[in-house]
This record gives sequence, C-alpha cells and structure tokens, in this order.
Amino acid sequence: MPEPLAIEAQELTKKFGDFTAVDRITFTVKKGEIFGFLGANGAGKTTAMRMLIGLLHPTSGQARVAGYDIYHDTEKIKHNIGYMSQRFSLYNDLTVWENMELFGGIYGMRDSEIKQKADEVIEKLGIGRLKNRQVKHLPLGFKQKLAFSVAIFHEPQIVFLDEPTGGVDPIVRRQFWEMIYEEAERGITAFVTTHYMDEAEYCNRLSIMVDGQIKALGTPGELKQELNSKNMDEVFLKLARQQS
Amino acid sequence: MIEFRHISKSFAGTAAVQDINLSVGEGELFGLIGPDGAGKSTLFRMLVTLLLPDEGEIAFNGRNVVDDYTYVRSHVGYMPGTFALYQDLSVEENLHFFATLFGTSIQDNYHLIEGIYKQLEPFKKRRAGALSGGMKQKLALSCALIHKPLVLVLDEPTTGVDAVSRKEFWEMLQKLREDGLTILVSTAYMDEATLCDRVALIQKGRILRVDTPQGIVARFGKPLYRLSGAGVQRFLPLLRALPQVHSAQPFGDSVHITLGDEEQMDEVVQQLRKAGYKDGLQPVTPGIEDCFIDLMLEANA
Repeated sequence: MPEPLAIEAQELTKKFGDFTAVDRITFTVKKGEIFGFLGANGAGKTTAMRMLIGLLHPTSGQARVAGYDIYHDTEKIKHNIGYMSQRFSLYNDLTVWENMELFGGIYGMRDSEIKQKADEVIEKLGIGRLKNRQVKHLPLGFKQKLAFSVAIFHEPQIVFLDEPTGGVDPIVRRQFWEMIYEEAERGITAFVTTHYMDEAEYCNRLSIMVDGQIKALGTPGELKQELNSKNMDEVFLKLARQQS
Repeated sequence: MIEFRHISKSFAGTAAVQDINLSVGEGELFGLIGPDGAGKSTLFRMLVTLLLPDEGEIAFNGRNVVDDYTYVRSHVGYMPGTFALYQDLSVEENLHFFATLFGTSIQDNYHLIEGIYKQLEPFKKRRAGALSGGMKQKLALSCALIHKPLVLVLDEPTTGVDAVSRKEFWEMLQKLREDGLTILVSTAYMDEATLCDRVALIQKGRILRVDTPQGIVARFGKPLYRLSGAGVQRFLPLLRALPQVHSAQPFGDSVHITLGDEEQMDEVVQQLRKAGYKDGLQPVTPGIEDCFIDLMLEANA
C-alpha cells in the first residue's frame, strides 16, 4: 500500500448561508512537507483550517487528514494532529511543566512518557531554570518555542501552525523556523499560515487563497516564475489585488 | 511636538521601558519598530495619559502630559492595539459618539476622514462587531481622527493584517502625513520602517537606534553578503561554525552573512566550495531587518 498523504482535500467547500467562504479547494500535502497556506484576511484560510482539524463540518467535498475522513473520524484526526496559534496555545496561569502535563494528559500519554518527553523539551530549549515559572512570566520568544514544542508533544503526524511567529523578534522568528525544519526532517508535516512573505519562502510548497479559492499552488520558485515576480511579496500582491 | 525625557516604567518589578529619550517633530511620521514585549505600547500609553511614568517626563506640544492631561486627551487621536470601539453600535453611531465626546460633529470634520470613511459608508448601518478586520481598522482610524487631533498615535495597527491590507493602510498614513498631521506608529513588521520619516528600533525596553531608515542602513558597519540557490539553508551550520562569519541568518530564499572584514571573503568561499556550494557571495545592501538583527546581537553580546 502506498504511504498515505498527510492531507488530501478534494473540492472542499464551506458555505455560511449564501456566502461561500471556502470554494471547492483541492490540494494535497505530502508527509514531512512544510506547506504554507497563505491568503489575505477574509480569504477563507481559517474556515478551511477549521474543517481540516475537525472543528467545522464542510458543506461539500472530501478531505482526509492523517489518513482519516474529516466527516466521520474527527476524533481520530484530533489525536493525530497538533495545533498552535498566536492567540491560543498555552495556559498562562500554569507553569511550563504543568502545561506539558496538561497537554500530554489530554492526548492520553502515560505519566512516564510525559515526564520523559517534558525533560527532553526542557533540555532542548535550555529552560531548566524556568520550568516552574508561570508561562505568563516567560519572554515571548521562549513562549512561542515552548508552544510549538507542546503542540508536537504527543508526536502528531501533522502540526497546524496559525500565524505562529506574529510579533516575535527577527532572531526568534528564524529560530522558530529552524525548529519547524528539524521536525519536518523527523517526518512531522507542518501546515503553516503567515503574513510574513519571507517566511513563505521557507515552505516546500504553498497555496494562496483569494476569495475562498486556491489561486496558486506550487513551490516558491514556481510561483515566482509563474507570476513573473522577484519575491513572494510581489506574488502575493499581484494575486490578491487582482480580485479586489 | 513630542519629547520623551528619561522615561522609565516597571510593572511588578519588571522594567518595561528604561531611560527612553526620544523626540518627534511636527508633521513627522515616526515609527517605533520592535517585537512584542519591547515596550512600544507602554510608551504610547504613557504619552496618551493612560499610564503614569515611574521616572522622567513627556512633553506634548510643549506641555507636560501628567499636569496637562486634559489638553493631551483633546489633542491626541489614539488607536490602541486591540479593537476598542463599541461592537454593538453601528459604524455611524460609533463615529457620531466619538465626535460628540470631543464636542464636535461628523459634518464639521468630515473632510479629515473623507478618504477613509467613504469606503465604509455603504456599511454605515452595520454593527461594528460585524465588520471585517480591514473595515474595523478603517473605522477605528476614522474615530481617532474625527476630533481633528494634532497627533495621531497608532499602536500596532497592522498586526495580523495581510500584506495587501498593510500596504493600503500605510498609503492612508502617507496621505494623512501630507496633510500635516504628526503620526507615531508602532509595528513589529521590520519592512514597514522604510515607510517612516524616522524610526526608533526598540527591544527589551531600550532603544537600539534612532535615525531615518536610510541612516540606519548607512550605519550598518559590516560587510554583508548573500548566498542563494535552492536549499541554501543547509549551509547555515557550517557558516555559523566559521570564525570569519560574524552572523548567518536565513532571509527568504537566501542566506545573509556578515564578516569581520572583506578580506575574509575568499576563505569563506573556499570552505563553502568544499561543502558543495556552487555560487558566489554577492554583496548586498542591508535592509532594516539586517540592521535590527545586528543591533540585537550587539546588545545581547
């Protein structure tokens, strides 16, 4: 049997009343790929992402995430993915350690597994002296790196990252991407949204949504060539301005 | 128009800003550029009289902001980082409310907001809470302008906003500046610095540098080169291990490196060749982000 794709979407559609938020999007994401999911505000990215992670029922179309059907196997999908956004990722009032215990527990990891994994994360991030500190007192850079580590704590097949680097400093932003690369090498698939166009270049492939539809899909190099642009910023402006 | 003198502020023993000195001239479009947690909002909140400094003074058009807070409040237009209008009021009601609050009317100052508000007028009966992100932003800007302020203070107006809408927002700011308004704006997007007259780069409560965007770039003191080609990021560990390389950072599809001096280039190229890198090192003009990274590394060293 061939290895299943990480994500497979076929004509996926979501309507709210007579407004079509996501309009027949079709794409695949390979295992271990870093896939950028770009689009202007209101283009339908969040709605599409909510369908893929099993939080929203599609109006029509098909999709499989981590090999599971998004209509019937939403619980299985949730066990096999990680999620991190700039707005929500960790509990501020809990300590670093407590957050890892909580998320490990939610995903059904055994206490011994949690402890082992938590020690690994703490060592990797070099935050031993901060492990009993409440998350709200951590510098933002640490918080974002910790949030990413917690999102992949249960070794999911796919991690969904919704604007993970908004507002972080340019050095941490780059360290964050190095962490994504490292995990991709280990086989974790990353599905990322960002408003930083230089970060779009760090993706293996990406799609750009405009008014609910995928208007471009390919490697950064292909998209630049296709739209005759010198960087992704230009690609994005050309596509998104076309419509409005 | 605005002067911060030795401003410090701590929260529960943690310093948010330390000994900040800054002055902004009349009619300037001034940018405060830095990541979250740098102290940008704290500075702005002290300026608009929502927070008292622990130390130092702020002058607003020649007046002390603590003693003359009522003057400041009636002459500043402030757009906070989170949407702060009334979600249950309509577009029109919000604007009317803010105009009335400052003893003016929409009619009197319509010319100030016309360019921005026109795009909202088809939706003027819609509740503010039901607007899209871009429209909310335009409404907030209209409400901050309706009382004809001397100074506009915008706290991260483009955070979480896509590249197209960001560009449009900055076009609106450029127009307001041409009309003579003094504007202070904060952002974590380094590329927006080039759209300001002058900028302060700020990190961890301290100012790294204040200058024109061109001046910041001109003061970048190190030779900067670019490596390009598919998968060029794989050379990062090698580059970082070389003693000649001061820093190596990914920049989109390339890698930027700074060297101690130009003489060391040949040695670095040789090492890269051994590792399989085919292309050369191209000298590049630094951008604001290169400068920010360099200043951060210096400050942290």
